[in-house]
Amino acid sequence: MADNEKVTNIFLSGVGGQGIILTSNILAEVFLKAGYDVKKSEVHGMAQRGGDVTTHFRFGKKVYSPLIKYGEVDFLLSFELLEAARYINWVKPEGKIIINKQVIPPPAVSLGQMRYPRDVERIFKKYFKNNVWMVNGLEIARKLGNIQAANVVLVGAFSNFFPEFKEEQWTDAIKELLAARLHELNIKAFYEGRKTL
Amino acid sequence: MQGNEAIARGAWEAGVIVGCAYPGTPSSEIMAELSKYKEIYTEWSPNEKVAVEVAHGASLAGGRVIACMKHVGLNVAADPFMTITYTGVKGGFVIVVADDPSQHSSQNEQDSRNWTRFGKAPMLEPVDSGECKDFTRIAFEISERFDTLVLLRSETRVSHSDSCVELGERKESTIQKGLDQKETPKYVMVPMYARVKRVAIEERIGKLATYADTEFPYNVMEIHDPSIGFISSGVSYLYTKEVFPSHSFLKLGMVWPLPKKMITEFFKKVRKVIVVEELDPFLETEIRAMGLKVWHGKDLIPVIGELSPSIVEQSLKKAVEGKRYKAPKVRIKPEDLPRRPPNLCAGCSHRPLFYALKKLGLFVFGDIGCYGLAVAPPLSAMHASTCMGAGIGGAYGAGKVLGEDGLGKICAVIGDSTFLHGGIGPLIDAVYNKGYSTTIILDNSITAMTGLQEHPGTGYTIQSEPSMMIDYEQLVRAVGVKHVKKVDPYKIQETMEVIREEVNRDDASVIITENSPCMLLRRAKPLEKFKHPVYGVDTDKCRGCQVCLEINCPAISWQEGAGQTKDGHKRKGTASINKDQCVGCEVCAQICKFEAIGPGTK
Repeated sequence: MADNEKVTNIFLSGVGGQGIILTSNILAEVFLKAGYDVKKSEVHGMAQRGGDVTTHFRFGKKVYSPLIKYGEVDFLLSFELLEAARYINWVKPEGKIIINKQVIPPPAVSLGQMRYPRDVERIFKKYFKNNVWMVNGLEIARKLGNIQAANVVLVGAFSNFFPEFKEEQWTDAIKELLAARLHELNIKAFYEGRKTL
Repeated sequence: MQGNEAIARGAWEAGVIVGCAYPGTPSSEIMAELSKYKEIYTEWSPNEKVAVEVAHGASLAGGRVIACMKHVGLNVAADPFMTITYTGVKGGFVIVVADDPSQHSSQNEQDSRNWTRFGKAPMLEPVDSGECKDFTRIAFEISERFDTLVLLRSETRVSHSDSCVELGERKESTIQKGLDQKETPKYVMVPMYARVKRVAIEERIGKLATYADTEFPYNVMEIHDPSIGFISSGVSYLYTKEVFPSHSFLKLGMVWPLPKKMITEFFKKVRKVIVVEELDPFLETEIRAMGLKVWHGKDLIPVIGELSPSIVEQSLKKAVEGKRYKAPKVRIKPEDLPRRPPNLCAGCSHRPLFYALKKLGLFVFGDIGCYGLAVAPPLSAMHASTCMGAGIGGAYGAGKVLGEDGLGKICAVIGDSTFLHGGIGPLIDAVYNKGYSTTIILDNSITAMTGLQEHPGTGYTIQSEPSMMIDYEQLVRAVGVKHVKKVDPYKIQETMEVIREEVNRDDASVIITENSPCMLLRRAKPLEKFKHPVYGVDTDKCRGCQVCLEINCPAISWQEGAGQTKDGHKRKGTASINKDQCVGCEVCAQICKFEAIGPGTK
């Protein structure tokens, strides 16, 4: 996928509490072990209390900036529809987009003051054609018995874009980062997600 | 490795034996990580001033010590800081100060580089995690060699970015431990001795400047295309390198004192110089004061907020490449989308408490913590907030102006950790000087906003060892507060009655919340006190009055067009509760006037 000179930019977005930091840690583990230089940046603190959360994730032979340039995103991995829409302008014309279909209404929508954007999927498909993948991470995780695993379902779906990595490279990273009691659930979530694309 | 983790690793490798901090984003993880190393004594101090004083004592006894804080923390610790630069150190002493440009999680935006010149202590500024580790290690060598406190400046995009780090071994310090009374003139800063030290400080700065020019290995010149040279430090260097990789750079790892010879030499090697730095024109001002001609700096680069590769490119592309910056295509205007500000967690005990304050129509002097989120509409229940502990003094001071007219109209709220940090002094003032303010201590049994750190009121140390636990009632009674009440904030009516009574009282009073632990604090089992796991809306009973929306619970949302009246007319809408998010706190059910909200099943 990525040639050795080029830096690949992955932008993760979602809502505080959806497990974005864990997801970016899994990615970091996989790409580091594969010998890439990796940088990532995220905001903690106040931003985690249900606010919008983003992680800039970059890998390549040599990475300088921990932040991605506006308009230079290769992969947008979004955990929530509105939070995907918010960063649509960051994606390169040929960028790939993976979206968890979950809807979490922000306060203005909950209060009935604004409408939740209705046609996010359509807009993405208009600009990015076949480079848009919708994943029902929440429902898959619910069937597995724990909605918290939705993020790892997304990791599973995303793993398909890197055929050069073996499944074990991903599952080992998941095991490395999660407590043993969570391994079974999350490994299942990974495989369910991997089947979706 | 995260920048903060790398700073902790660097401290460990440097043979640090004591670490003190008060948590504050983006610095909090440093001490949490440091506490995992068994060779190091670490603590959460009640505030940053105490942390620095404890660290200073430990240094005088010969230990290598580190104190960590966010930018506003150094304001609190400014008093000891400004004089420790006089006493110097025995064991190496490093203060880490982490800035928060763009105010992701802070009440202001400060450029802590201003402290280095002001306090006359050298400052290092790493660009990434690798340098975080190396700079921390070398900071201790500088500290001991030049007998000075050293500042290590980080910021959000350094502390909370991850990059590769090469690990080293721990090396114990060779400084001998012990206190020596003969050193009194060095450590007692009375005018007689301090005037002597004042001279020594200027000599030290001169030596450090020479060191910066000749020895410090992280002030580096990279001469490539000489048409334009960039001078930069910290993460701004990485952004600029990303955007203009083929130009020349002078990368400064030490931001003060500056390597003036090196800078002068750089100006000779390149034709034009651009200074790229975040926030204040710190380097630019210093370099211009050297009489050098800076081509561009803050005339093109914003002074507000954090930089990014995009901002650097937007600001400088025309000057550097002669081409206009071309913005990428706008597919959706972000301003058309609903914003998603942070919110109190579902079930949080602050929600019913602030709802009660709102219903009572009080002017609320707030403080620093999660409860600052209560300022957001529709809760809109906080009306002033500046810094740690300020709310108590504020409410008391306002009462001094309003007199009787203010009775029943004012209160102060403060979290448990914040109260111990800076709330006790102003409370004493309110009692001693006969104020009538009511202070509500929102005890959620942890330092919540920064990610669940222990404090003297939680009963545990940073290493999770059981320890003393502040009894807030005894504490406030001891400083003279006669009227102390406890409330369970989840009982809204009872809470409102207690608050009403206390704010109308012409005497200082304190209300302490109980049974109100943070929703994220698992050991307190916050969900167990809720009778039902989830609540639901009976759409036949819901009249769509929207009262339950006023509490801004993330689980409750408005369903336009849902529901109908008994005679079959459509309603304009009803409330709805998301079962995934509801934790069963029952606050909405208590305030519903139509008994439309009741227990449900997950």
